[in-house]
Amino acid sequence: MFKYILKRLAIAVLVLFGVSIIIYSLVRLMPSDFVDQKYQPLVQNGQMDPARLEELKELYGLSDKSFEGMVKGYLQWVGNALQGDLGYSFKYESPVGEVIFRNMGISFVIAFVSLILEYLIAIPLGIRAATNQYGFVDYSATVLSMIGISLPSFFLGALFIRFFSVGLGWFEPNGLLSSDIPNNASQWTILLNMAWHLVLPMAVLVILSIGGLMRYTRTNTLEVLNADYIRTARAKGVSEHTVVYKHAFRNTMIPLVTMFAGALPGLFGGAMITEEVFAIPGIGRMAYQALQEGDVPFIMGYNMFLAILTVIGTLLSDVMYAVVDPRVKLTK
Amino acid sequence: MNQEPKHTALPEVPGQIEQNPEEAALRLGAEAEEAALRQDAGTAARAGAAAAAAAEEPLSLADSVRVLSPGQMVAKRFFRSKLSMVGLVTLLVLFVFSFVGPLFGFLPFIWGETEMDTSPGKIVVTEKPISYTDPVTGEIYTAYSVSEQQMSVNIKGDPSSTHLLGTDDMTYDVFSRLMYGGRVSLTIGFVVVILETLLGVILGGLAGYFGKWVDQLVMRVVDIFYCIPTLPLMLIISFMLDSIGIEDRAKLFVMMALLTLLGWAGTARLVRGQILYLREQEYMLAAEANGLPVWRKIFNHLLPNVVPQLIVTMTLGLGSIILTEATLGYLGLGLPAKYATWGNMINVVSGQNGLEYLTDYPNLWVPPGICIILAVLAFNFIGDGLRDAFDPKSKR
Repeated sequence: MFKYILKRLAIAVLVLFGVSIIIYSLVRLMPSDFVDQKYQPLVQNGQMDPARLEELKELYGLSDKSFEGMVKGYLQWVGNALQGDLGYSFKYESPVGEVIFRNMGISFVIAFVSLILEYLIAIPLGIRAATNQYGFVDYSATVLSMIGISLPSFFLGALFIRFFSVGLGWFEPNGLLSSDIPNNASQWTILLNMAWHLVLPMAVLVILSIGGLMRYTRTNTLEVLNADYIRTARAKGVSEHTVVYKHAFRNTMIPLVTMFAGALPGLFGGAMITEEVFAIPGIGRMAYQALQEGDVPFIMGYNMFLAILTVIGTLLSDVMYAVVDPRVKLTK
Repeated sequence: MNQEPKHTALPEVPGQIEQNPEEAALRLGAEAEEAALRQDAGTAARAGAAAAAAAEEPLSLADSVRVLSPGQMVAKRFFRSKLSMVGLVTLLVLFVFSFVGPLFGFLPFIWGETEMDTSPGKIVVTEKPISYTDPVTGEIYTAYSVSEQQMSVNIKGDPSSTHLLGTDDMTYDVFSRLMYGGRVSLTIGFVVVILETLLGVILGGLAGYFGKWVDQLVMRVVDIFYCIPTLPLMLIISFMLDSIGIEDRAKLFVMMALLTLLGWAGTARLVRGQILYLREQEYMLAAEANGLPVWRKIFNHLLPNVVPQLIVTMTLGLGSIILTEATLGYLGLGLPAKYATWGNMINVVSGQNGLEYLTDYPNLWVPPGICIILAVLAFNFIGDGLRDAFDPKSKR
């Protein structure tokens, strides 16, 4: 197993290099860069010398657009990144790593709570649907989960804002903190206020993701319920409840545990669209804005962060599979 | 004298879908029972002569059993599931709505995609508060100056008989634009799915069949595409296209290419896995022993066995492509705003006056949202139904 993990890690490094090359070249190929976007209006108004613009580009390391220049820029980035220095964000004007970790918290809280809720709702529902296959519970759960999968996050977000914020006035349409919160408010008031603002985004995330997990649980449970040892248990006269929730349930959990590991990038990476709809200042929204403005170091840092999380997530889920299920042996 | 029609379409490729002979035998038994039951009912209903004839000549098993080809079995199971039928009908309705609907331009409520309604619009009443402080008592009064202004063109018109869902801020008819939007979404969906399946089948097939370094190379590329965060990459490229100034329909093609490039990896992985498994089957050994050329082994013996899974992934993939396209439209990164796409139409709620649209003009953004949901839901229902229908272990 140790050898297997080592091999996977070696491949992962290769893959990450590939990802970084693709993203870097794309970002650098963007025709208007950060400096252009920020200072071009000033140049056009005559408030800034075009020569100064070029100087600034030189300073940001964006001036050389030739192939060699890009290769040089990339190698520099890789060199620094390997030493743990992700560079300095143009837009947020602080080190990229710092920006990511500072804003990850809120995204993590949203994703974590929704993930827990998702598992708590989807697994029992999936098992119920499997035990009543083709019954009423199964059909309604299937239809509802399919609707959940089919909903565009931005549309659901807009609907929620329309009904719960504008219509009923229960929540504020966007932001993380109400504007009328006094400066000297206690820690608790602020925390509660924030939590209240996060209810809608979390609801959106849960509704969107519940369907997939529920269907997955259902399929797994159905498969397990057809196994021989379940027939044995039933033949012994074990009650149906014990059969489903003791004998079958544990084996249903095997693929779900691995899925939990696969949720890693989603946990830390933020939900770009949902955060954008509700104007939550999480990592996803920051990345979106950085993308808009061509903030090369931040885009690189964020995307590599996501790619690393994906690699670790897949590796972890494969290893978890072997840990949870002794029948599986990792050899390759 | 047996009047029951004979179905002798024996499966030509045994085990194409029924990979488990036991299962197939079981099903054959079940079908026989079913057929026998039907036979009973039929005989009772028919006149005595036929019954007597049947009794004289005892039925052999081949007469009483209705043999279904794997394809017929799949079709039967698919059409029996209610959800797949709901999906199919929804999809047909959407197709007719978006591709045939605009042809009825002579109807008063069907407009062109960018046809402006220049008739005078609704009357907007504005109240402007004027505060006035009484110089003697110091009390503050507020008076309102009410002015009525008629829009010179029909901007943001309410739903009426000529505009079933009202008009938007460019005086375009919302109902008609839904149709044009459907054209874009459905076309993109189908083109992208076909392209990415082609690419995936070719590369995945190569990797699975030839193995060794080809496999290593292709699978590492697949790994890279798996790890690239899709949405950020789409956004980068869309921003890029915007600033290069690729406009109009050309952008549609670029977007298709882009979605294909980001979507083929999953198909390739699926095809490779399946071919790796099939390559070890005994019938492939037989093909090898018969000295079949490589292309025949691949196209006649391997690929047909991947088709069921491919069809399912393609159908489910259609839904997700429509969602991605709509997301880009919503972010204002899809086709230019003057083109109607469902995502573009919802884009109004994300702009500067988003909250105003959100509150006062649900007729502008709710219908396209519902269309997206219906389309994606239809594809998901069909895909799910197909998966169940193709599943050899399925009990129904």
